[in-house]
Amino acid sequence: MTNEEIVIAIKDIITTIAPDEDLSALELDVRLRDQIELDSMDFLDIVMELRKRYSVQVPEEDYMELATLQGCVDYLAPKLAGKQLVTA
Amino acid sequence: MLELPRVVITGVGLTSPNGDSLAEFRSNLLDGVSGVEPYEIRHVGETLAGVCHFDASRHQKRKEVRRGTRAGSIAIWCARETLTDAGLELSELDRHRIGVFTGITEHGNVETENQIHEVAQYGFDLSFWSHHHNPRTVANNPAGEVTLNLGLHGPAYSLGGACAAGNLGLIHGMQQLQLGLIDVALGGGVSESIHTFGIFASFRAQGALARHEDPTRASRPFDRDRNGIVVSEGGCLFTLERLDDALARGARIYAEVKGYHVNSDGTDFVLPSVEGQAGCIRGALAHSGVAPHEVDIVNTHATSTPSGDIAECGAIRSVFSDCETTYVNNTKGYIGHTMGAAGALELAGNLPSFEDGLVHPTINLDNLDPECELRNLVHGEPTRPRQVTDGEGLHTILNMSFGMLGINSAVVVQSYRN
Repeated sequence: MTNEEIVIAIKDIITTIAPDEDLSALELDVRLRDQIELDSMDFLDIVMELRKRYSVQVPEEDYMELATLQGCVDYLAPKLAGKQLVTA
Repeated sequence: MLELPRVVITGVGLTSPNGDSLAEFRSNLLDGVSGVEPYEIRHVGETLAGVCHFDASRHQKRKEVRRGTRAGSIAIWCARETLTDAGLELSELDRHRIGVFTGITEHGNVETENQIHEVAQYGFDLSFWSHHHNPRTVANNPAGEVTLNLGLHGPAYSLGGACAAGNLGLIHGMQQLQLGLIDVALGGGVSESIHTFGIFASFRAQGALARHEDPTRASRPFDRDRNGIVVSEGGCLFTLERLDDALARGARIYAEVKGYHVNSDGTDFVLPSVEGQAGCIRGALAHSGVAPHEVDIVNTHATSTPSGDIAECGAIRSVFSDCETTYVNNTKGYIGHTMGAAGALELAGNLPSFEDGLVHPTINLDNLDPECELRNLVHGEPTRPRQVTDGEGLHTILNMSFGMLGINSAVVVQSYRN
């Protein structure tokens, strides 16, 4: 999966979790929680969706790595290498 | 007896299989319109159910709907609608003094089944078990979701009373008001039970799940050919206030809650008791200071099961056999059994009688079971009772709801008179 596809993958997961949010202007380096309404349960949903869609396990100590879209790309790129983008 | 403040109903918010407002619900009860439809659920397959069609997005964001439960959505709908109906503005109320009391038959089965189904897809790897499971399944979930949606800070919880629960929410709200603990109660019942296959499977195993080629004719209390319950979802929350508060703000008063009674058969897990039910009725009348002959309408609980309907008719006959102007009806023929919502919804459906002077009929009663014979059993068409044509009007309704483990509840309401 390319970095661009990882962004698409994360946005697609967030669309499922927070369907009322407009994600069109999300910035890569700003904390997701500062741009849209996401709480700790939502982050657990993101982790769960990564597990279901891509068999990626994110241990609790790594949750902070997913704070921004760029963080997601950096952290997930090696884990998603060779995997196909899945959208809901 | 303690002198307690009088309590009145000033708002009704509901969703039923045949209507999402009291006006629509009442209209369909008078027109004989059923809300039962074909329904399919995993493991059970094709069956029948009463399904609600309210638009959850009117009062909830999509995220709230996703995160919460169906019972939560139903409760939120009913809470918002009842406050609007009562003419109450949240911004003008003390949010610490509003209580929410949801009667439930059960809660949590839907989410538990969903989660087990989900982890089964992953070889029962519990890392796929949702962190939403606990907040969705706690018993206070429906009332709690109302507080989140409306930003309320008063007491909010569920009353678990099997299918007697709809009355319990109302009763508890009334008690809280009388004790001065709150100023507004949203009390009644909700049910999401059609989303759990277990309830259908269990009724089927018990030989108590209705079947009929025409879904609208499947729920047929008192009919010789009745064969069981139509499981339904629904909800109804009443806005309850102390009479003085309601009068002070010039509220429309649907009815005064005169009294109630709750008791237990103490005899069987599922079989009803004539003595227990009759005792409950007598207790409610005594608590209300109302004699049997003063009751104009008895809304029966009858669920269309062979034994349950017969037992209830026995209880009614034992209390009302001499009452010439007491009319008996049933609401489940239209909407099936809305479980924890039934008591509240069915009372709501009868309240407009005080205004329109009509008793809505029991429907689908083609051949009366001789064991269900009752004086003044209204069926087929709405009836305008003698006391209405005589100019006296309808003044008193007795609403009954019974549940498994032998719980019985009865509520008496009257049109408001000074």
